[in-house]
Amino acid sequence: MKIQLKTPLTVEDLKDLKAGDDVYITGYIYTARDAAHARLVKLLEEGKELPFDPEGAVIYYVGPAPAKGDRPIGSAGPTTSYRMDSYTPQLLDAGLKGMIGKGKRDQEVVDSIVKNGAVYFGAIGGAAALIAQTVKSSEVIAYEDLGAEAIRKVYVEDFPVTVMNDAKGNDLYKMGRNEYLEWSQK
Amino acid sequence: MREIDTGLITKEVKRLVMEANYFLPEDVLARLKKMREEEDWELASATLDKILVNAEIAKNDQVAMCQDTGMVVVFVEMGQDVHIVNGSLEDAINQGIREGYEEGYLRKSVVKDPLDRVNTKDNTPGVIHYNIVEGDKLSITEAPKGFGSENMSRIKMLKPAEGLQGVKDFILESVVLAGPNPCPPTVVGVGIGGTFEKAAFLAKHSLMRDMDEYSDNPFYEALEKEMLEEINKLGIGPQGYGGKTTAFKVNIESYPTHIAGLPVAVNINCHAARHKQVIL
Repeated sequence: MKIQLKTPLTVEDLKDLKAGDDVYITGYIYTARDAAHARLVKLLEEGKELPFDPEGAVIYYVGPAPAKGDRPIGSAGPTTSYRMDSYTPQLLDAGLKGMIGKGKRDQEVVDSIVKNGAVYFGAIGGAAALIAQTVKSSEVIAYEDLGAEAIRKVYVEDFPVTVMNDAKGNDLYKMGRNEYLEWSQK
Repeated sequence: MREIDTGLITKEVKRLVMEANYFLPEDVLARLKKMREEEDWELASATLDKILVNAEIAKNDQVAMCQDTGMVVVFVEMGQDVHIVNGSLEDAINQGIREGYEEGYLRKSVVKDPLDRVNTKDNTPGVIHYNIVEGDKLSITEAPKGFGSENMSRIKMLKPAEGLQGVKDFILESVVLAGPNPCPPTVVGVGIGGTFEKAAFLAKHSLMRDMDEYSDNPFYEALEKEMLEEINKLGIGPQGYGGKTTAFKVNIESYPTHIAGLPVAVNINCHAARHKQVIL
């Protein structure tokens, strides 16, 4: 089943998604990695405004390669998400609804996803040239000094992702492996 | 003495870093396709298909297959009858990295100090290993190493009493703990023996092998094949979404060690198993 979502996301958009669903995301999303997360969380702690509205926002964990020619972005696959775990619950509490990355999250993040009715999506690590083709525009909106790690506002069209952790607390990394093993041992 | 000019070395390193990031080696592609055919779990085969399409796009457009274009690891084997002229070998290699990453639209991922963390903005320095060998040739093998997989590396000083079983358990445990993070399907590099740093070096060096190259020691060749079979029974699958295809290959290198020790190191490569060699 092809599920399409438009950003910004709402609790209503996400409540029926299940771990393992294939989803195509269209709209503006924001890029941020560890260094940018540290700054975002510092702003939240100081009660200051973020460089983008977190309500319903989607953050993509990526540091793209430089753009070639007149392309909007260079190769842009996901980075490993656990490095952002310590910052994530605060952003979810501030309204963040979706994260795109790769790899397992810690229990605190999983609990915060459930509490806030959010979703963690997985993109295919290393499929960076393929994913870059879904990016239609890109603009640095904060922390230019971080280079590849700056925050970019990116417009994506049909960005292919898979639901890893849904709002009900399911985890594809556990389910996928268990289901496969059960099936293969039959 | 045979003379080799540093200008030639810079030119070749530059070409290698660009090609390594654009073109997935033919042997890796062939192995991916074979494992795709043998994979019968739907989400797993769909994921492998996307990885294959990605390799095709990177090749045709000459763009990085993965945005993590890595920190460049270089293995230099220098014949003892070679004389490098017109500057330093190390500077020549780093200049090649600098030019390749700039002109090739490759990401600059290196920070000058591990704690201060300011980007060097040209992806230098590389991590360069030198080995002096017989002859008058200079071999340079270059591998851009992404840190999604590098961060999953492990090393342990086993007790000799833990023996073969201890080594097998450590390899499997490392692959399970890594789970989806190193972007499976992976190449699992294993170094056994030597000292602390030697074991880590062997694990990394083993990742430079081609897909059809096994240990030249029949015991370790058998162990490589056995461990691959065990790893592919774990069910982790491509990207950790579940499935049969967790690793392409297990490569083991060993070295004599001390009577009191049994060091073992695991260094994993992602499915973008990039490496290029030139012999000058």
